[in-house]
Amino acid sequence: MTKEDTQQVVLDIIADVAPDEDLTNVKPDVRLRDQLELDSMDFLDIVMELRKRHNIEVPEADYPQLASLDSCAEYLTPKFEALGK
Amino acid sequence: MNSAHHYDVVIIGAGMSGLAAGIRLAHFGKKVCIFERHNAVGGLNSFYSQQGRKFDVGLHALTNFVRPGVKGTPLTKLLRQLRISRDEFQLAEQKRSRVAFGPNGETSLTFTNDFAVFESEVAREFPGQIDGFRALVATVRSYDDVSLDAKPVSARHVVRRHISDLLLEDMLFCPVMYYGSAEEQDMEFGQFVIMFKALFLEGFARPFDGVRVILRTLVDKYRAAGGERRMKCGVRRVITREGRATAVELDDGAVVTTDQVISSIGAPETERLWSQPAGHQASPVGALSFVETISILQRQPRELGWGDDTIVFFNDRERFDYVAATDEVDPRSGVICFPNNFNYENGQELAEGVFRCTCLANHAQWQNLPEASYRQRKAEWFQVIQASARRFLPAVSDQTLQESLIATDMFTPRTVEKFTGHLGGAIYGSPRKHRQGTTSLPNVYLCGTDQGFLGIIGAMLSGISMANYHILRG
Repeated sequence: MTKEDTQQVVLDIIADVAPDEDLTNVKPDVRLRDQLELDSMDFLDIVMELRKRHNIEVPEADYPQLASLDSCAEYLTPKFEALGK
Repeated sequence: MNSAHHYDVVIIGAGMSGLAAGIRLAHFGKKVCIFERHNAVGGLNSFYSQQGRKFDVGLHALTNFVRPGVKGTPLTKLLRQLRISRDEFQLAEQKRSRVAFGPNGETSLTFTNDFAVFESEVAREFPGQIDGFRALVATVRSYDDVSLDAKPVSARHVVRRHISDLLLEDMLFCPVMYYGSAEEQDMEFGQFVIMFKALFLEGFARPFDGVRVILRTLVDKYRAAGGERRMKCGVRRVITREGRATAVELDDGAVVTTDQVISSIGAPETERLWSQPAGHQASPVGALSFVETISILQRQPRELGWGDDTIVFFNDRERFDYVAATDEVDPRSGVICFPNNFNYENGQELAEGVFRCTCLANHAQWQNLPEASYRQRKAEWFQVIQASARRFLPAVSDQTLQESLIATDMFTPRTVEKFTGHLGGAIYGSPRKHRQGTTSLPNVYLCGTDQGFLGIIGAMLSGISMANYHILRG
């Protein structure tokens, strides 16, 4: 699983959680909240979809790691690799 | 006990809030079952058929309507959380609504889904109050109304800081109270903010086929997510062990074990399902109930000469009294609704005209009537209510109305209690809300009316919030 793959996984989830957002130009190094209208309910959903679809647990203390696509990739890619993906 | 009937979560009641909670829980893999005593879903916002004609109960209009692209409002949050596309609700916007006060509606404020219209109406009728009104709106906009632990404040008190004209004050409170207040004469400011935003800053819409479009969408989502549902099977008792709920006993005597329970049936109604600990302060039963008359007409209301109002909130006295009626009905104030007057897609029109009038009523008075006089009183009040409401509409002769009349129906507090199980026929539940949704048992939670988010969208958000907060986040 490359970091690009991880970013795509996160984008796919956001597309389902917030279908009314335009995801065509999301900048990977900018906080998601600064370019999309996502509130705490939406972030909770991203975490829960990661668990549901990919068996990845994100403890509450680590939520800040999901701030941007880049930080998501840094944080989640090793977790995917640990699951053999 | 049969382990095949063990659930992660049991939900009591298949109304809007119970269904929404169920969708969230089933979507995230919980084994969940909704038990509903009635044979139809919807609870306080349901529908019934009579002589092949479908009647909506509850829903005059869906409040909280915002157009596509407006984000961060209750409607948008709800659609995201339930993974519903807004097209599925088929929402058509209102034409225009009014608040009309005075013996014949001499003072009138029109509003639409464009807030600027309402603001200019306030400026026209109450030029000296417009600065205060704008300050009030700014306070409303900046208030955190979804906070689960806000301190209760009197809405009258906050509004009076900005508005000094009692007539304007009452004209603002009338729609807000009629569409959601369980409290007489005043309401908690957070509740006022939720309703003010829902009615004035957001707006009204309706699916062409009424409330059943929304209910069908919810039921389909719930089923697709793997949720189970049992109809005509209420929960009559919550079984506890060592201070926790372990199971529920159904109306047919069967026992179903569960880890957690969400109850949408109201706080006083839920508290009766198990014996409360010593010193527990029982939630009061709401005092406010309503009657509604429904007339089905051959022609569109517009063709009869009634214009294109969607909703009219009326009051004929100097002050607006939002209290339980002392007589069976209080016809001094009320709400008129014409479901025909929404801008349905492609200029579609409902096949028949519908004229609905809602007034405050007294539950005990209706409850105590013997069957024969109950019917007679209904018929008598029907005429009184309609006559009262028609004072606030353009004049249409009795003969014209009579010639167009196809069918009528009417519900009373007795009907509401019978079909929804809400004690006292209290549509907006107990005056004491439980924002956190907690009960005297650590694994039983409330959602719906008595959790305190109001309106249809509020009800669904309540189910979502409580499922998230107590179960999914845990």
